[in-house]
Amino acid sequence: MLSGNLLWVLIGTMLLGIAAGITGTFSFLQKQSLVGDAAAHAALPGIALAFLITGQKELPVLMVGAAITSALAVYCIQWIVTYSKLKADAAIGLVLAVFFGIGIVLLTIVNRSPLGNQSGLNDFIFGKAATMTKSDLTWLFISAGIIILVSLLLYKEWKLMIFDPVYAKGIGLPVEALKACLTALIVMTIVTGIQAVGVILMSALLIIPAASAKLWTKKLNTMLLFSAICGGLAGVAGTFISSIRTGLSTGPIIVLFAASIFFISYVFSPKSGQLSKYLRKKKFQQQGDVS
Amino acid sequence: MIEFWVILTGILVGITCGIAGVFLILRKMSMIADAISHTVLFGIVMAFIITQTLNGFWMLVGAACAGILTAYLVQLLQSSGIQEDAAIGVIFTSLFAAGVLLITLFAGNVHLDVEHVLMGEIAFVPWDRWTLLSITMPKAVWMLLLVLVINITFLVLFYKEMKLSTFDPVYAATIGLPVMLLHYGFMTTISLTTVSAFDSVGAILVVAMLIGPAATAYLISKSIKQMFVWSITFGVTAAVIGYYSAKWLDTSIAGMMATIVGVIFIVVFAIDKINSRLNKKVVAEIDMKEHNSNI
Repeated sequence: MLSGNLLWVLIGTMLLGIAAGITGTFSFLQKQSLVGDAAAHAALPGIALAFLITGQKELPVLMVGAAITSALAVYCIQWIVTYSKLKADAAIGLVLAVFFGIGIVLLTIVNRSPLGNQSGLNDFIFGKAATMTKSDLTWLFISAGIIILVSLLLYKEWKLMIFDPVYAKGIGLPVEALKACLTALIVMTIVTGIQAVGVILMSALLIIPAASAKLWTKKLNTMLLFSAICGGLAGVAGTFISSIRTGLSTGPIIVLFAASIFFISYVFSPKSGQLSKYLRKKKFQQQGDVS
Repeated sequence: MIEFWVILTGILVGITCGIAGVFLILRKMSMIADAISHTVLFGIVMAFIITQTLNGFWMLVGAACAGILTAYLVQLLQSSGIQEDAAIGVIFTSLFAAGVLLITLFAGNVHLDVEHVLMGEIAFVPWDRWTLLSITMPKAVWMLLLVLVINITFLVLFYKEMKLSTFDPVYAATIGLPVMLLHYGFMTTISLTTVSAFDSVGAILVVAMLIGPAATAYLISKSIKQMFVWSITFGVTAAVIGYYSAKWLDTSIAGMMATIVGVIFIVVFAIDKINSRLNKKVVAEIDMKEHNSNI
């Protein structure tokens, strides 16, 4: 049942889920979840551009292109928010749509050129986890490993930066550099994941595990742990379910699995779940009746 | 004639989205529009699964339901203490994933393929026609006109109420305006706008057209009415320039229109910055002169 390649894909999507769960938690706590969404959309023009310039379909080349335009999009958003009276939501929406539009323009040019035959680049929009090759997976392993490692190394500094930036600056931490490093890592997560789950659903992997974790705990380390487990589990289960029947795309199933974890957390979590809230309210009312 | 219909569709998208975008920017709900433009897919697929037809009317209904559902779910999560951006992110990605999955499961071989929905194909607009009252026009033009009328009616009826509940929601609620009802009503018009535009130009261009022109107009407008005028102007300009540059470069029309939206934003932003700097300079010079003459 578990063929060789499937096992590797399973491990790959698991690592991806863990990496996204960790970086997603940090971006969630900075209230920047949707910036990740914009960065994911902005990877598309980079992929097309890298292909147009180099004429290669090598994954590392495309990933570099994706990383450059994603980072550029994040920078544009920050720039618009700082230098105009537009609010963050408008800036994010504008940058997201324009970059994706440029991406589609470039993609049509690629598809028309003699080098780029139809298949291949279009996969980046919806992902193709199930059919990834060994070399694709090697890159996935390496970059997911780097993301997880760096997050663990910088855990303390980021924690301080997020919860008490003033104090962090005071004791001499390079806050701006740390922030840039976190953004870079989020972009890297997105770039790593788009081949597996696609541009649009990648943002789900950054947001949903973190939001679910927040429902269970308020402590950063447990939140990171939960978010990583949730992301990893969604990756494994989604890939496994989609491998059972042909024609089921992997990306959406991973996302729906993560969404059901979120739903369970939303209803049943002991602290902030709706059920426990309801029960507490009822108990409170009953006490009121008695006295 | 074919070109005429395509450009007309583009212009109508520019006008409809330009109008709908103004309050979207002012109410800081741009990302909810982005969310709706993704979840509309879910509504359309559900409408298809239930009715088993690709009838435009049922799609509008399905999309409107999906839009309201999105707005409602985001509101629900937010009111139970989940931060806004995460609430939007969780809801739209889940519904979008469900939509994509349902398409691959139940509507795989129908015209509803996902790429078409995302990128749209405005060039095919003229071939799909409807005849109403013995006038034959492309389906997309009919739908856009219908939604344009709905949008304008909504604005004419509730302009004052929308304005008040946008700028001072607490006061609006105190004097008894149905703030929530207005919110959902507005969200309905946004979903209708999205679906009408999206059949021809795709989900992403709808977002670009909804947010871009209105955001650009916001930079330079001094009143809401001015903002409406500028927003529509920018939307229509982006549609026309986008069409011709796409034709010139032979690429995706919708993608090019979105690109032009970005270009217009950059140009207007730069002009506005230069202008305000020049103004400051002039003011400073006048100040200096007065100062000198006083001495």
